Amino acid sequence: MKNLTQKISIALSIFAVVMLTACERPPVESKQTGYRGTGMDQVNNPRTDARLAKINELPAMLPSSPDGPKAGEVYKNVKVLNNLSAAQFSTFMVSMTAWVAPNEGCAYCHNVQNFADDSIYTKTVARRMIQMNQSINGNWGDHVKTTGVTCYTCHRGNNIPQNVWFNPVEKKGGNMLGNANGQNDPLATNGYSSLPNQPFASYFVAGAGPARIIGDTALPTGNKASLQETENVYGVMSHMSHSLGVNCTYCHNSRAFSSWEQSTPQRVQAWHGIQMLKDVNSTFISPLAAISPAHRKGPDGDVGKANCATCHQGVNKPLLGKSMLSDYPFLAPTSNKPKDGNQIAKN
Amino acid sequence: MEYQNLFTQTQVTGPASHGVPINAYDMRERTKTIGFSHLMGRLGNAQLGPIYLGRLGVASLMFGMTAFFIIGMNMLAQVNWNPLQFVRKLFWLSLDAPSPKYGLTFPPLNEGGWWLIVGLFTTISIMLWWLRTFRRAQALGMGTHVPWAFASAIWLFLVLGLFRPVLMGSWSEGVPFGIFSHLDWTSALSIRYGNLFYNPFHMLSIVFLYGSVLLFAMHGATILAVSRFGGEREIEQIVDRGTASERAALFWRWTMGFNATMESIHRWAWWFAVLTPLTGGIGILLTGTVVDNWYQWGVKHNIAPAYPAIYGTITDPALSAPVAPVAQGDKK
Repeated sequence: MKNLTQKISIALSIFAVVMLTACERPPVESKQTGYRGTGMDQVNNPRTDARLAKINELPAMLPSSPDGPKAGEVYKNVKVLNNLSAAQFSTFMVSMTAWVAPNEGCAYCHNVQNFADDSIYTKTVARRMIQMNQSINGNWGDHVKTTGVTCYTCHRGNNIPQNVWFNPVEKKGGNMLGNANGQNDPLATNGYSSLPNQPFASYFVAGAGPARIIGDTALPTGNKASLQETENVYGVMSHMSHSLGVNCTYCHNSRAFSSWEQSTPQRVQAWHGIQMLKDVNSTFISPLAAISPAHRKGPDGDVGKANCATCHQGVNKPLLGKSMLSDYPFLAPTSNKPKDGNQIAKN
Repeated sequence: MEYQNLFTQTQVTGPASHGVPINAYDMRERTKTIGFSHLMGRLGNAQLGPIYLGRLGVASLMFGMTAFFIIGMNMLAQVNWNPLQFVRKLFWLSLDAPSPKYGLTFPPLNEGGWWLIVGLFTTISIMLWWLRTFRRAQALGMGTHVPWAFASAIWLFLVLGLFRPVLMGSWSEGVPFGIFSHLDWTSALSIRYGNLFYNPFHMLSIVFLYGSVLLFAMHGATILAVSRFGGEREIEQIVDRGTASERAALFWRWTMGFNATMESIHRWAWWFAVLTPLTGGIGILLTGTVVDNWYQWGVKHNIAPAYPAIYGTITDPALSAPVAPVAQGDKK
């Protein structure tokens, strides 16, 4: 009897330990990234890393010669990339098809009877997206550095990148119960937390306010940010952390989240990333709602917009920091050295 | 091994004990049936009952269950009354406080009104239950140590849901009713007010909390260790110290030079436990009302050390921008 009791209690204890720990199977590697004692660490798991390395392999790149007649001369109605050689241009079209519409082929964007025809909306979208690539690579070096982006960074073989967001629509009237406040629902967007899961409209479009909810002074001097705003910021930060596969301490010293002096250089780069998203979403993506069909739109009539996960997809550097620009230099036409001023008001 | 066990080995069964008779009224309010459970006996006393519910207990349970029911209905409505989703998302679901725009007014039911009603009902329920513990302690001629310890927890509860929101001028500062959401609230409060670890009353509360755990472990272990000498008969040992007390006391004098007594150890435990929510509540009450950033407060009072800037000089990129940043919540 006594032995049995002991066995049962040991078994129960082990069961409780297993149940109570939302554990990740070892090995888990932690690497100190900050000054000793500050708890600045990054945690990795070789199994997760191997999985991420696999899904972030670069697609086959198609080299092409820049010599020969220009695309603008050979083809009709070429509005972007018209100074590429015809060889480069058609090779890039093949690459784009593989990146964005591998199943649909050319017909996804083109009227196959007349390739110059602009009647299919996806062709206009693709043209605008090429300009967006050029803008990101040309103007947002503060965030994308010289690695840059291509269509593949986000699309990875999908018509619409897998991670996009739509404006949430508030349920109005009729309901006496069941207001979830745009939270309390485990979604990948904010790392399966119960935090606000659609906070992007407050931060990732032009004119959005800053995420600064922590006051600068010890005593109250007019910072009125509410706990709800804090949870919104917390939600969007969880989204960033989940999208990049990093902890809070990748950017912040968690003892003083708002302190720039104690933050890592990555936080500055992330800040530029947020400014970039405002530009990309408001200048390039949102206006496409005017030409997009209903099945591409969210409940608010908007098109899927970008957030951190759109490019990053679980790693701190999209495609693990491998650049594809060497084969597609025309996607970064202007100098992409980091610059100070950008076109969107920084706030 | 006989005395080093997790569960009570001895099951004393005898005639059901109905407790001391007090008066006809108090006897009337007790349940008549008494049961025995072997499993309960392994954890505590095998006897179940008599239960004294009384008017206060019934009223408290009614308010408490109504609050519980309203929370449950709100959560069910959030998953479109789907019981499977309700179970799956139970830890995520929450009945949230009103939005800041409602201040201290009563918002529409679906925008925090239910939260306020549940808060009121829970508070009434807890207050009635407190009164019940007080009245029952008096009826038995006991001291009122249990109700006052309970009152300490109620103080923290009222600070979180009533006193602080009123001082801040907004019900939105209150804690949501939900498993993960109240944890998120806790982190959000700490983040918003610049890290609660630098709040000295939070520090005190942690001291008493961990201290309580330590004392509990020391006391429990000591008594179990001398139970072979009759050490668990603590009350007798207070007035007539036997070898169990002597050995336990000598053990602690040997190992740390000082020992609590059979009586005083319970005062240690009571005060540590009571001071945990008491100091914690003070810390919460000061947060946002008189201190906005505890980290900055810590820097000001030299309790937050500076570390070498190993990343070089990192500056706010918004400062080099054409438009100066505005703190969110300011008039835009």
